[in-house]
Amino acid sequence: MTDFSNEPTSRSPKQGRFAFARAVLANPLGLVACVMLVAVLCVAAFAPFIAPYAPGDLQIFKMNAPPGDGYLLGGDGAGRDILTRLIYGSRNTLAGAAVAVGVAGLIGVVTGLIAGYFGGNRDVVLSWVSDGLMALPALIVLLAFYQALGASIYLSMIVFGIMLSPSFFRLTRNLVNGVKHELYIDAARVSGLSDLRIIVRHVLRVIRAPLVIQTSIVAGIAIVIQAGLEFLGLGDPATPTWGGMLQNAFANMYTAPMAILWPGLAISVTVASFVLLANAIRDRLQQGDRVTAGTTPKPKPAPSSSHPRGDSPDDDVLLDVRDLVVGYPGKGGWTEVVRGVSLTLRRGEVLGLVGESGSGKTQTAFAILGLLSEGGRVLSGSILFDGQDLAHFSEKEMRPLRGKRIAYVPQEPMSNLDPVFRIGYQLVEPMVAVLGISRTEAKARALELLARVGLPDPKRTFSAYPHEISGGMAQRVLIAGAVSCKPDLLIADEPTTALDVTVQAEVLELMRNLQAEFGMSMILVTHNFGVVADSCERVAVMKDGAVVEMQEVTKLFAEPAHPYTKMLLGSVLNDTTVRSYVAPRNPEVTA
Amino acid sequence: MNPQLLVDCIDVNTHFGALHVLKNVSLTIRPGETVGLVGESGSGKTTLGRAILGIGPVSSGRILFNGTDIAGCPPGARAGEAAAIQAVFQDPYSSLNPSMTIEDILIEPVIARGLASRVDATAQVRKLLKQVALPTDAAQRYPREFSGGQRQRVAIARALALSPRLIVCDEPVSALDLSTQARVLDLFIEIQERTGVAYLFVSHDLSVVRHISHRVAVMRSGEIVEFGECDQVTARPAHDYTRRLLLAAPVADPIRQAERRAAFQALEKGN
Amino acid sequence: MITYLAKRIASGLVLLAIVTTITFVMLFGATENVAQNILGENATSAQIVALEQRLGLDQPLHVQYGKWLSGAVRGDLGTSWLQSERVSTILLHRLPVTLSMVSLAILVIGIVSAVLGVIAAVRGGWADKVIQVISVVGFSMPNFWLGLILVVIFALTLRWLPATGYVPFSSSPGGWLASLALPVTAIVLSGIASASQQIRGAVMDALRQDYIRTLRARGVGPGSVVIRHALRNALPAALTVLSVQFIALLGGAAIIERVFAIPGLGSLTVQASLSGDIPVLMGVVVAAIIIVLIVNVTIDIIHAWVNPKVRLQ
Repeated sequence: MTDFSNEPTSRSPKQGRFAFARAVLANPLGLVACVMLVAVLCVAAFAPFIAPYAPGDLQIFKMNAPPGDGYLLGGDGAGRDILTRLIYGSRNTLAGAAVAVGVAGLIGVVTGLIAGYFGGNRDVVLSWVSDGLMALPALIVLLAFYQALGASIYLSMIVFGIMLSPSFFRLTRNLVNGVKHELYIDAARVSGLSDLRIIVRHVLRVIRAPLVIQTSIVAGIAIVIQAGLEFLGLGDPATPTWGGMLQNAFANMYTAPMAILWPGLAISVTVASFVLLANAIRDRLQQGDRVTAGTTPKPKPAPSSSHPRGDSPDDDVLLDVRDLVVGYPGKGGWTEVVRGVSLTLRRGEVLGLVGESGSGKTQTAFAILGLLSEGGRVLSGSILFDGQDLAHFSEKEMRPLRGKRIAYVPQEPMSNLDPVFRIGYQLVEPMVAVLGISRTEAKARALELLARVGLPDPKRTFSAYPHEISGGMAQRVLIAGAVSCKPDLLIADEPTTALDVTVQAEVLELMRNLQAEFGMSMILVTHNFGVVADSCERVAVMKDGAVVEMQEVTKLFAEPAHPYTKMLLGSVLNDTTVRSYVAPRNPEVTA
Repeated sequence: MNPQLLVDCIDVNTHFGALHVLKNVSLTIRPGETVGLVGESGSGKTTLGRAILGIGPVSSGRILFNGTDIAGCPPGARAGEAAAIQAVFQDPYSSLNPSMTIEDILIEPVIARGLASRVDATAQVRKLLKQVALPTDAAQRYPREFSGGQRQRVAIARALALSPRLIVCDEPVSALDLSTQARVLDLFIEIQERTGVAYLFVSHDLSVVRHISHRVAVMRSGEIVEFGECDQVTARPAHDYTRRLLLAAPVADPIRQAERRAAFQALEKGN
Repeated sequence: MITYLAKRIASGLVLLAIVTTITFVMLFGATENVAQNILGENATSAQIVALEQRLGLDQPLHVQYGKWLSGAVRGDLGTSWLQSERVSTILLHRLPVTLSMVSLAILVIGIVSAVLGVIAAVRGGWADKVIQVISVVGFSMPNFWLGLILVVIFALTLRWLPATGYVPFSSSPGGWLASLALPVTAIVLSGIASASQQIRGAVMDALRQDYIRTLRARGVGPGSVVIRHALRNALPAALTVLSVQFIALLGGAAIIERVFAIPGLGSLTVQASLSGDIPVLMGVVVAAIIIVLIVNVTIDIIHAWVNPKVRLQ
């Protein structure tokens, strides 16, 4: 049994279901699959009109006959026309698969909805049953039941459908679990929608497409297993089936080896059509998740990367970013997320990089680290760090700088620690790699650092797993890791955004002290002007991928030059007056 | 019972298993009033909001709405004005079903209550969109075509569909950018002044709460440590914890912030 | 952790009890023709009645079940109706054959899928394409049909490998490998189709995690990032796929053993099924479930070793 439960979270189909179906058909493989499936269906439906003979017709002298002479694909071991039996066999195959899929889907989806939506004991019991069914080798059970079920393949397929239901159950349950914590479910509940209507209106909509994929896959599995049962001789010998034909061909393999080809091909092509259809639907759902290889556009030719500068190179400047452009491959070219950022950072200085979401501040930081997300690239401009241009450094050239000279403190403390390794290991490993010191030495330093960043029990934290500590502690650990190799430049990307305000104050204090102690330069990426006012000496304000204004911090707040900066500072809430309550006399109740 | 009160929570307790998340919480909201509920993560502020909405558990205590106890009563079983209590949630991306049009989203509360036919409800959509300053052609579009701030306006329009007397707002602006945040807050205020709706405004951000609230309650570890007039709580807090919260939040002014930081450190040392 | 494992084992035993009971009721509820089948068409009705009495088929169902169960819990699974041999003896002969074939196949699937999956996740390119093709081809071709084609090509036409039969490892390791080469090739393809895709997905998921970026920012090299961090985080998903594959192959053995005339558990099941040898069928069901149980508990232990959260529960 194949497990397809880790489906991607579904994207909403664009503009209704018909557009979605059209999009699937626009995929060449999806189209081929649909055409093939329709063809097989037609063959099954119109078998008596298409087939040259009746399925039982036999001509003794054509036993194992080669193709030709009225038998297009030759004769089988009993002298029957292989083509005719192939055509009739499709009926049985599709009907059997339909039975299995119907039973599996009905049981699996209904129980999955119940378990996923209501949770609790119902979930425990149903999941246990599902796990139990999954632990049974299906074929052994079907064989064991054969004596009781008899030769009817449909009864076997019903049993098989029950055994396949966990695949639908798990998929549905997991999808529903994913959906039910969405706030729109809460909103629907607040509106007074009943559970049943919530399931119909909200839940089914989202899980529809993944269920179609699963149905397609399960249909394929059912066809293969059914053929297997018939191959073993468990079917009704009177009905022509693809599996039964394989059995017949197997018995005559030494005389007519070609006969094994046709039924197998019929099975493979039908199943492949189901799989390709599933893939086409999945591709449609995932579209936009990952740009497929080969469609990546060529970066536009970078303007000469020589450094055109009027000013003399300043020894005091640690980092000098000029006209930086960062892009990600998008539809029909590069989508630029950073469009010509220029900024400088002096040694020992704290620079705030501030802007709203989508302003490109984080991408600028990642470009300096050489850690852009998959597909991202520096398209032009330069990043001069201590005289070296990092903009076109390879991964190999970047590596010796990372950790040792440029370090990084991330936003979300919990997701930035590897959950399966102890905290100590995650501090020691980079130190050993970067500084080339021994493990014992690295451990001693790690313990020192943990104490330095204000963790009350460094030894305990050292041997703890990430999930055993709080978010604030985790951020201290990450800061300890960032400064562990005494970097020259620390890039902190919204380091306190995920923290509570009191913890934020403590962490900002810690970072300020460490910065002074190590004499580091620091880039503090943030959206919070309070954090800027608290910790930065200079500020660069970003908008739409460019720096609109760069100023000393006191000057920026006192006399902002750019209208955008003025607008942002004007949006900061520091009211001097508060609202006074007046009881509504004559509330206009109607909306 | 005080007839002046729209909501009167009396000794509300909630347990999640062994965890005691709400401890004898008492809180009142007057008609047309905004009560800010501020606290750090895990303080129980969201739990209280959900209890009032009827989608979170209540172990003991009463929640009087217009004098009727609605504690533990799910939204579907509520009647009258209690049935019209609505919510605006934090994440504008997760609070709108991506596969529904804005129109479908906006008429859902009306249809759910069986208050109007689909046609009548649809006629109202235009009015709702206008109230939150969205173009009327938004009705046929999908949530993904809108920015975070616009989505939050849709969520507010949905909350207004039943003409509620109370909207529970759970961090409704914390996922928004600074400039958007200010505009959405002003929209909240404008709607309140026009319709007389009351808000329970849950937030971790004291400056947001100060901007919109008439009264403010501060929560910590499931308890309300301070509840009073907005100006008093957010400018001259009586409780040490409120003072810590206030001083910990950095202000957008380097000179004032330096003073504030010094005060925070002094307070920390004093503890 | 210990209590967790104990719970898993207990729940497995409950499952065993439920499934054997259902199987027993279904099989013994349809035994009218069993004696006839065993004795052949020429048997007299007196002979049939005598056999039914000997087998205990004339007794009520619960009495028969009680007898079987009291034997089974003591390890006595009864005697085959056809071979007059003890069921446990037959199973002990057949099990090693199937297990060696399935284990070899799982080993091949695991290695090939891990290599393909990791390369595809890290580099994309050709490995991605190979996985895409295998996932369709491997899934669509019934493995027994592939087996038949392999027999025609490599055994009948080229005569490189034996078409049928099984050589135990103990008597000749080379012969063992030769006898299993074709059947294992036939059954691994579908396994690789599914496992390589899932491993690729799991490694890609792991590589997208924030902590990977942070580790790289600290100067940890790509080898360590992929092998130590991404692969380890992807391991639970990979193991789950392999356990699902194991169960599928254990069942699928019935067909493939027929194609290659391998005297394993699968062909035993088919024989017993067609002839109605109920004690053997019951024995097969018990054995299969116990094997799956052992595999699943082993995987649980590895999960716990990999994931500290499970361990500490």
